[in-house]
Amino acid sequence: MTLPPYAELLGLTIEADGDGAPSLVMPFSGDVIGRPGFLHGGAIGGLLEMAAIVALQHALEAEGGGRIKPINVTVDYMRGGREKPTRARGTVTRLGTRVANVEATAWQDDPTRPIAAARMNYLVVRS
Amino acid sequence: MSDSPFPPFDPERFMTLGAGGHARRLGLGYRAHGPDWVELALPYDPAQIGDPDRGVIASGPILTMMDMATSMAIWARLGHFRMQATLDLRIDYLRPATPGKTVIGRGECYRITRTIAFIRGQAHDGDPADPLAHVAGTYMFLDAQP
Repeated sequence: MTLPPYAELLGLTIEADGDGAPSLVMPFSGDVIGRPGFLHGGAIGGLLEMAAIVALQHALEAEGGGRIKPINVTVDYMRGGREKPTRARGTVTRLGTRVANVEATAWQDDPTRPIAAARMNYLVVRS
Repeated sequence: MSDSPFPPFDPERFMTLGAGGHARRLGLGYRAHGPDWVELALPYDPAQIGDPDRGVIASGPILTMMDMATSMAIWARLGHFRMQATLDLRIDYLRPATPGKTVIGRGECYRITRTIAFIRGQAHDGDPADPLAHVAGTYMFLDAQP
């Protein structure tokens, strides 16, 4: 799976770890910082969206592929993102014929202590 | 009017001097502001493309701009900076941004309570009557007791 230029801007890499959708890693850098000492909420949101897209494309490829268009995203911010790598993984909660519901979670040290989570709806145009 | 330790909030100065990091990487710039709103500009940059087939930028940079514009709208309404954290931000993507065009994001703060600030905003790429994104969200003041 190839990531778009925006993922490169965030420094994202794919981390395949067993079954299901791969997770994404965003290294800490000056390019994703917000206020001093913390990640920018927008960079965290961008990471969550990319993780959702990767999960959805992963699920869609298993059914013959297709194009996706974002309808909306809601991001909940739970903890400040500190100066360390951030990981995110998406989960497709429903893949319908026209719409997909996807969730994504971002964490730093401990996956059970997320720093942010998002819910997204996508239009799906199947190949 | 205020007992804030911070000087009067100047959105233009904030974007010129204060906003480094991710905002600078995206090329975000000041455009205009009013008593409870701030407008920022996101110049088109191929490095922000999310859909390579069509050259459309990803939604992430728009989310970042709207997070900043709405955040700054709170300080514009307060008249000064105050420590706050985004609680939630929702974006409806009304249509794709036009490749090559600068995206303009206007954030507005329409209500402030002791603890929470409520915001909304829109983004367009030239015609405010033809928006490409709509946002709504809340921020929490970090120094406030509920």
